[in-house]
Amino acid sequence: MFTPELLLNAVVAGLMLGSFYAAVALGLSITFGQLDIVNIAHPTFVILGSFVAYIINENFGLDPVLIGVLFMPIFYFIGTTLYRVYYASFERTGQESLSGLAFFFGLMFIIEVVLILTFGVDYRLVEADYIGQTLHLGPLDFPYRMLVPAIAACIVTGAVVLYMNKTFMGKAILAVSQDRLALQLMGANPLQVKRIALGIAIATAALAGALLIIIQPVEPSVGRMYIGRIFAIVVLGGMGSISGTFLAAILIGVVESIISTFYGPSWAPAVGFGILLLTLAIRPQGIFGRA
Amino acid sequence: MKLDKFWISVVVVLVAGFAFTKLVDNEFYFFATYVVLQGLVMAVAWNILGGFTGYVNFGSAGFFALGAYTMVALNKAFGLPLPVMVLIAGTLSGLLGLGVGYISLRLKGVYFAIATLAIALVLETVVNNSHYLGGAAGTYVIQPKESFIFDNYIELLFMFMLLIAVVATAVSRYLSASRLGMGLAAVRDDEVAAECMGVPTLKLKLISTTTMGIFMGLAGSLFPFFVTFVDPVSAFSLLIAVNSIAMPMIGGTAVWYGPVIGALVLGVVQETATVTISSELNLLIVGVMLVGFITMAPRGIVGLYEDYKAKRKGQNNG
Amino acid sequence: MAEPVLKVTDLTKRFGGFVALDTVNMELNDKERLGLIGPNGSGKTTLINCISGALTNEEGTVNFNGEDITQMKAHKRAHMGISRSFQIPKPFGTMSIIENLLVPMEYAAWDRVDHRNLREQAMDILELVGFKDRADENSASLTQVDMRKLELARALAAKPKLLVSDEAMAGLSGSEVDEILEILFALAERSVAIIMIEHIMRAVMRFSERIIVLDAGKKIADGSPDEVVSNPDVEKAYLGE
Repeated sequence: MFTPELLLNAVVAGLMLGSFYAAVALGLSITFGQLDIVNIAHPTFVILGSFVAYIINENFGLDPVLIGVLFMPIFYFIGTTLYRVYYASFERTGQESLSGLAFFFGLMFIIEVVLILTFGVDYRLVEADYIGQTLHLGPLDFPYRMLVPAIAACIVTGAVVLYMNKTFMGKAILAVSQDRLALQLMGANPLQVKRIALGIAIATAALAGALLIIIQPVEPSVGRMYIGRIFAIVVLGGMGSISGTFLAAILIGVVESIISTFYGPSWAPAVGFGILLLTLAIRPQGIFGRA
Repeated sequence: MKLDKFWISVVVVLVAGFAFTKLVDNEFYFFATYVVLQGLVMAVAWNILGGFTGYVNFGSAGFFALGAYTMVALNKAFGLPLPVMVLIAGTLSGLLGLGVGYISLRLKGVYFAIATLAIALVLETVVNNSHYLGGAAGTYVIQPKESFIFDNYIELLFMFMLLIAVVATAVSRYLSASRLGMGLAAVRDDEVAAECMGVPTLKLKLISTTTMGIFMGLAGSLFPFFVTFVDPVSAFSLLIAVNSIAMPMIGGTAVWYGPVIGALVLGVVQETATVTISSELNLLIVGVMLVGFITMAPRGIVGLYEDYKAKRKGQNNG
Repeated sequence: MAEPVLKVTDLTKRFGGFVALDTVNMELNDKERLGLIGPNGSGKTTLINCISGALTNEEGTVNFNGEDITQMKAHKRAHMGISRSFQIPKPFGTMSIIENLLVPMEYAAWDRVDHRNLREQAMDILELVGFKDRADENSASLTQVDMRKLELARALAAKPKLLVSDEAMAGLSGSEVDEILEILFALAERSVAIIMIEHIMRAVMRFSERIIVLDAGKKIADGSPDEVVSNPDVEKAYLGE
């Protein structure tokens, strides 16, 4: 049934959901948008982050957001290692397109299966005082399990934007795929730049994963639903622009929230892929010229 | 027509398959070989697009499930004879392949791959929301009582899948050996140059995607009768998508027999692992073998063998 | 006089707001050897892309052998006998050198070749560019210079009536340039019209009967090599004002 109040709450929920999607898409925006590395395994790293949050929360009772932040350095290291493998196997030999894709596809599969073997296919969740409580402002509801991740997501997105625009390495990352000459003039080593960038991208997955498991219970194959969603966001957001990614994430979040409020949640997963297909079909090839 | 080794092998394989149904009683062997053959058809079909033209399809499970769910719907609505329904299922997923071929006009490389993944997920969402097809809960399919000249229905399904596998392999071989195959290879190597050298690139890509779609749909069409219970999780299984990429990659994508070798090797390893260890571990094996081969032997088993032969030859000469 | 082989009328090509070619007109007769020159970014490659069909133009027409081919796809134009080499070599990298030549023979030149001895015909072309003994080498591992020769050989294998050579000689030594020029001269004798885009002025001047100069998408000169060289606009375009 349609009421203005319901719509308003759907939009608010969508804004919070969208902010969270931005945190998930952030890493892909860096790898895919800026490095030309098609890491379709990114959502699986996010799920890995969720399970890390789950284990630590279960055993030590730490706050999931804190766990996410604490594990960012470890995920950063995973990311830099991943780039070494990727570079040695594909980029160096110029086979990144087909083999690189299949590589990440396989990687996604391995991580997912290892998680299934270890934890089974049951849904896992975390505990924190604020989960289950809701902030009421007039007719608007802000469940904390959405609000906390949304705020954390905004902070991490802002931090990455600042890093990209203000620091030497951030600028080098922005230049690494678009402007080889600028990179050379800056005296930066492209391999090091890419390694650090992939490190940062995977590091954001640690936090995004912790946020995800606050929002909803997680099982190993949940990540797949995010593939279409975050690729839609990154493509819509203009390939590698972090602020564009954020806006696109908000858009998808709001559309999904409205669809799921008025048509039922089982249609929501198709929104991301639907929008992605539409975007890909409508935008002229020239814009994607480099693929 | 000249009888070459290939056609002799085809006859031998079909006769052996038939003898197998008459000599062996244990149903397990038919279940196991059926799964291997299903993987083989998917791998050969995937390679007709992925290996020959370089367009990566991540949405294999979508084509497979379209075939499977077409059967569910047809069986429920009309209960037509099996071969008729199989042909309709193959035609429908062939049409989906044709549509995907038109997508390749606009989308290259990664974007094409993601679009195929998107199509599979959209289809899955549709099925999840379709009450008629059983929705997310799934639906039962009853095997017909009569099994033609075979002792039981699984033997019939096995023989049918063997036939599909043989046809798929023969078509794939024909495509790669003909003038068409040369055109497809030119598309894979450089689409712009191919077009300027007179290769009708769109037409060839459409032939390739449609053929792929048909065989993936055929592979999926028998699935409902094989498992007798279909739900989106099993029909759109990630394992199907991964296997259809992993098998050609492991065998070698450049030649028609690469995916056949890959499917036989990986399929047998998987079936053995499922029996002796666990079905989850066999998933892990696929992932590890896929990543292992693409990082260390990008040309697959066929490539390894060719390198070995070249080395031997070099040693003999030197 | 006979109908021109190629006739380009009022061709304009835009990329978004950028006008790459502005109402360009040109004609080319049978067996004619035309040089197409102009500073970088003047629209030379865009023009031959519109002629070969790699790009299509919305305004203006392209006629070939009296037929309007403006809307025709590149592969159909190749069947009609338009063949080109690429400035940045685009070999079919998984194929051997001779297989690279068989592709245009099996497709573009399907109606024009004798299908009984394709390999020998391909070998004849390979002999022209000095690849006779290297037919089975993989094309991806060639040097840049060899790739340019392969580009030209592959374009020849399409049995063209109009051959567009896009900087086929960049990076070649003086004697290699002369070899390629000899090949092109011989082709023109055999009723092939040739458009040559080249930065090596010595080659263009020696080869061309007529030269067209493009600058910023406009045709600024069209005449014999001597006329073009003494044209003040051309000097301005190359040297700046």
